[in-house]
Amino acid sequence: MIIPLNYSFRNLWTRRLTTFLTAGGIALVIFVFSAVLMLANGLEKTLVGTGSDKNAIIVRQGAESEFMSMLDRNAVNIVKSQPEIAVGPEGNRLAASEVVVLINLPKRGSSNPSHVQIRGVAPESLTMRPQVKLVEGRRWRPGLSEVIVGRPVAEGFQGAGLGETIRFGMRDWTVVGVFDAEGAGFESEIWVDAEQLVQAFRRPVFSSITAQLSSAGDFSSLKSRLESDPRLTVEVAREKQYYAEQSEMMATFIRVLGLFVTVIFSLGAMIGAMITMYASVANRTTEIGTMRALGFPRRSILGAFLFESLLLASIGGGIGILLASLLQFVTVSTTNFATFSELAFRFILSPAIVVQSLAFALAMGFLGGFLPAVRASRQKIVEAFRAS
Amino acid sequence: MELFRLILKNTLRHPLRSILTVFGIAIAISAFGLIRTVIGAWYSGVDASAPNRLITRNAVSLGFSLPLSYREAIRGIPGVADVSYANWFGGIYIDEKHSQFPQFAVDATTWYEIYPEFQLPPEQEAVFKQQRNAAVAGRKLAERFNWKVGDTIQMRGMIFPGEWEFVIRGIYTGEQKSTDETQFHFHYQYLDEKLRQTAPFQAGNVGWYVVKVQNPKQAAEVAEAIDRRFKNSLAETLTETERVFVLGFISMSETILVALRIISMVIIGVILLVLSNTMAMTARERLSEYAVLKTLGFGARHLIVFIIGESLLIALTGGLLGILITYPAANGFERAMGDAMGAIFPAFDVATSTQIICALMALIVGLAASAFPTWRAVQVRIVDGLRRVG
Repeated sequence: MIIPLNYSFRNLWTRRLTTFLTAGGIALVIFVFSAVLMLANGLEKTLVGTGSDKNAIIVRQGAESEFMSMLDRNAVNIVKSQPEIAVGPEGNRLAASEVVVLINLPKRGSSNPSHVQIRGVAPESLTMRPQVKLVEGRRWRPGLSEVIVGRPVAEGFQGAGLGETIRFGMRDWTVVGVFDAEGAGFESEIWVDAEQLVQAFRRPVFSSITAQLSSAGDFSSLKSRLESDPRLTVEVAREKQYYAEQSEMMATFIRVLGLFVTVIFSLGAMIGAMITMYASVANRTTEIGTMRALGFPRRSILGAFLFESLLLASIGGGIGILLASLLQFVTVSTTNFATFSELAFRFILSPAIVVQSLAFALAMGFLGGFLPAVRASRQKIVEAFRAS
Repeated sequence: MELFRLILKNTLRHPLRSILTVFGIAIAISAFGLIRTVIGAWYSGVDASAPNRLITRNAVSLGFSLPLSYREAIRGIPGVADVSYANWFGGIYIDEKHSQFPQFAVDATTWYEIYPEFQLPPEQEAVFKQQRNAAVAGRKLAERFNWKVGDTIQMRGMIFPGEWEFVIRGIYTGEQKSTDETQFHFHYQYLDEKLRQTAPFQAGNVGWYVVKVQNPKQAAEVAEAIDRRFKNSLAETLTETERVFVLGFISMSETILVALRIISMVIIGVILLVLSNTMAMTARERLSEYAVLKTLGFGARHLIVFIIGESLLIALTGGLLGILITYPAANGFERAMGDAMGAIFPAFDVATSTQIICALMALIVGLAASAFPTWRAVQVRIVDGLRRVG
């Protein structure tokens, strides 16, 4: 004999205030839990989406980020002449030597300066990165001090909006276009003609070379040849991996902090659920006695109370996930410790996160409800009627 | 006294529930305290900054350096007492995970005059000044890697390629608690000589200048004079007081701090829910008792004292316990983060203000949680209260 599920539903409904408070506590925990997972997920998506599997990136040996790397024109020419590099439609080599510099720009709203990465690019850079698309304005004209900026930069920094000017390298640069890169890290950058940038900063060196391979399998041969070339001290990496590694420290930090906070929170919420369930057991002593007298076995009483607690947790979990899903409309940006520049990313919800959050909520409900349910099922019939 | 005994007795009527609630509050309060401590650690560099020091760096960004020749030019500006300079080295010691501590190539002759809070024994300083590849480490850093004076260590340069060898010739201690004891200093000349051979493009440049002004009141004018001096040159400067410079650094990780603040508010929300829940139950169960008390002639005032008293007793006990837990928790957190975050949290201590705020939070939560039950107890009509089966 199983107690109807309706019994549990009605119990929660009868004690609406308590149900609401407990579910609210669980909802807050789940909200934070899924927000942390969404943030780490969004950060990874941004950086993994920044590279492509077809491209290799060449930087100076030991440079963890592009702005630490330096390659002279000599090295650039050696790299560009490698046979593994694909040939574009006009017969040009699909390899772009790029310059990456950091500049300080004041943020909109707070005026606090933050570092923004400027990428001096070659025409091939846009061919190799099809995810970069202009959404407003136009590209720069060769020979002019014009830049295009990623959308989060245009929105987040003073002077970076369409038609405005940014001053760096003793020149004023006009923003002539705003681009989108499907959420990739390039969106947090300002792009400009590399030759213009080299002149403005009088830097006789490039930062990195991105090259498209004729076939993905050519990577290892290119890597071993370049890294053993006595004329060069370079490191060759798959573009995707190179950018993904830059997020490791941030993602770890977010996870450690998030996990730590969530563990503490969940203890609080579990205690809340436990208090609620204990009280509802204590209040229903007579009811439990009646059910036992009617012949319901202990197992089904245990089941009914556990179900009630799980129900409570899933209500809370559901509300928490709903709240967290609203965060998808929010873009956050912070300085990435690895590259020292501002990086914008979003909270991205995935089915896996929903499942994990719900599982976490149910686990809290189970742990919080188990002991009270055991207590309920162990009540002696006679004593139950004596109570009250 | 009688009242207090009644409150205590009431609280202990459901010992398990009260203990669970106290425990829940304690955990949350200690989490709240810990987050405040983390935020405080972030700002510890601000407390350590001196009002008479200016930082001059390249106006474009910290990624660009300034010529060494600026040193004399800055020294000649009225109001400047002394100038030192440093370069960010950013080397790898052992592996990337262990290398998150600040490494500066500094001007050995002036560095410790400009930074008196780095206290280095005079005999060690003398040796350090004379030996080209000598280095000085902060106390915490030396303890972390178990370095002793005389040890030779190897680092791999990331910004300045190659293998670098240093001999630890001194260990400095911080003058105050907030002083960063995790820094690593070595000779700028050692770096520069090597760069002249390997990467002449990078040689003869410094990362930033530290300027000591004669009078802190003139700091703003001196800063402006320095920047004016290099206006329209290839390397324009940006000079700020040390405090503003450090704050600028902190504002880079603003988002994380905002997130932490939001989380600490949510924590308070969770405590409030847990305690409100307990109090709501208590009131629901005792509604008929309240009716009896009213019948006996107890007024609303007494009931209010009973309920608020119980709520406060639980909240404050939990708060006190939470404050006590915060210390071991902070130590554990510091150790857990030590390897990864040594650079970000130079000083990590639970401040007195944190304790006071934790206690205040407990008090507020205790009062807020009893609001609704109190209202119900006062509202209830005697007849309804007696009729009710709780």
